[in-house]
Amino acid sequence: MATGTPLERKPLTFAERTYVPQILSGLKTTWQHLVRPKETLEYPEQRPAIPPGYRGVPTLVKDPHGREKCVSCQLCEFVCPPKAIRITPGEIAPDAPTGHVEKAPKEFEIDMLRCIYCGMCQEVCPEEAIFLQNQFSMTGYTREEMVNNKARLYELGGTLPDDHFKWDKKLEAEKHGNAH
Amino acid sequence: MASEFSYPDSAAKAAAGAQAAPAEFQTEKMSLSMGPSHPSTHGVLRLQMELDGEILTKADPVVGYLHRGDEKIAENMTYNQFVPYTDRLDYLAPLANNMAYAIAVERLAKLEVPARCQAIRVLTAEMARISAHLMGLGAFALDVGAWSVLLYALEEREKLYKLFEELTGARFTTSYTRIGGVTRDVPEGWLARTNAFCDQFLPILEEMLKLLTRNKIFMDRTVGVGVISKADALAYGLTGPNLRGSGVGLDLRKDKPYSGYEQYEFDVPVGTKGDCYDRYLVRGEEMRQSVRIIRQVIGKFPDGPWYATDAKRIFAPPKDKVMSSMEELIQNFMIVTEGPQIPAGEVYFEAENPKGILGFFIVSKGGGVPYRLKIRSPSFCNLSILPKVCVGNLISDVVSILGSLDFVMGECDR
Repeated sequence: MATGTPLERKPLTFAERTYVPQILSGLKTTWQHLVRPKETLEYPEQRPAIPPGYRGVPTLVKDPHGREKCVSCQLCEFVCPPKAIRITPGEIAPDAPTGHVEKAPKEFEIDMLRCIYCGMCQEVCPEEAIFLQNQFSMTGYTREEMVNNKARLYELGGTLPDDHFKWDKKLEAEKHGNAH
Repeated sequence: MASEFSYPDSAAKAAAGAQAAPAEFQTEKMSLSMGPSHPSTHGVLRLQMELDGEILTKADPVVGYLHRGDEKIAENMTYNQFVPYTDRLDYLAPLANNMAYAIAVERLAKLEVPARCQAIRVLTAEMARISAHLMGLGAFALDVGAWSVLLYALEEREKLYKLFEELTGARFTTSYTRIGGVTRDVPEGWLARTNAFCDQFLPILEEMLKLLTRNKIFMDRTVGVGVISKADALAYGLTGPNLRGSGVGLDLRKDKPYSGYEQYEFDVPVGTKGDCYDRYLVRGEEMRQSVRIIRQVIGKFPDGPWYATDAKRIFAPPKDKVMSSMEELIQNFMIVTEGPQIPAGEVYFEAENPKGILGFFIVSKGGGVPYRLKIRSPSFCNLSILPKVCVGNLISDVVSILGSLDFVMGECDR
């Protein structure tokens, strides 16, 4: 066991026992704080700066061509610690432009009364389709209002840049007969 | 080493008080319940007290109002999914809890994380220690009647939270570690900003402590109040600043170093009398020492990977690989659905958290889900001394004692 450094305790001097020096130095401190720059914000008129990588409300995003990225693999639904996500998978018609993707969510709901903003859904998503973005405040009058459905999730998410265009590459490869 | 204590023990003080009162002033004992929603019980602690006039003759802490069954919950999810639950143990220092939990599981898996990951964890744990002690100190000062200290403490804590927000994406519930690493590397320029925080923090800390350390009113409320002797502190299993306040220099960062603490130089402050004032002094000094550690970590911040790159069945592959390679995609699915693959066995690991020693006992039967997880929470053990230390004190001193013990009910009830 470490011995430790004993902390010194000196008895109060006569002047300190009168409390006068303490009052004066205390007042000095409070007066100094009076003229220091303020740390507080007048929310909601002033909003805090949100750093990149902030974990706000989870949203679904589209790729720059406006196509939906989620393929309803349900990995986020599985990993979500409070089980806030509910996905109903659906098919994409084979003759659609993105027919080779095969699956997309028919319904996608995130219950914001359960969500704990841990960001695991974004972390595990193999399609970079779900992102926790800047919005930090969600309000509503009813429980139903607090469940974000698919349309609302896409509205909140918008479009984010895509570095991979994974499914376009796959289609290209299939055309040349070297998929996988 | 410190001189021995000369304060009479609390029970003798109570007996002396009872005898001193003349017969006509003897009254019936009154029972009074303090909490679970009382400002000085910091959360949902309830103290069932028996009073003789204003002097306590009995004090029974009633805990469990915030019980969520975290230990049982852990059995039903993978190791990584439990990380957000560790945030909610000692919610004033989530980063330190994350680290303790991750190291416990890594010890079970016999996994070594790279030096950079260790440094990030030490750095965040020490920042969490400062933020927890700031809150503890501010709340203690508020309990004994000094308002300004809390406001100044919260201002500093806000600056730390901004740094946490930048690093982890959240101010409070950080969920920063994963088994085998952390969720993300430190952002560009973040270390410099942390250093800048330390530079401006030290003078403000001194200013804050100056308001209390030589303050006669504060000293009247704390010196000689709630004395815990060295023997009692050890017998009741106290840990952290409360144990060190009683003069026992137990600090796991020095005694059983983990995550590379052995490379850093710092002192372990201990008290000499074991009263509330000593516990205050210890916390103040620990903040200075934490700043010292942070500066050393930043000074020799290692390069290299920030997660265990060789642990392919434990830490998920990087995102761009998942997006472009089939093998990594499958690996990602496996780690998420099956959980990080941890071999069968048992482990007990304890870390020096701001409130004391946080221990995780994990039994694994192999696979990605713990068979049993037990949490040794410092606040729970620290509160066990309340029936002993409160008796014989005035009811207003109980407020000082509770403030100086600095507990968190989220962790106590877990």
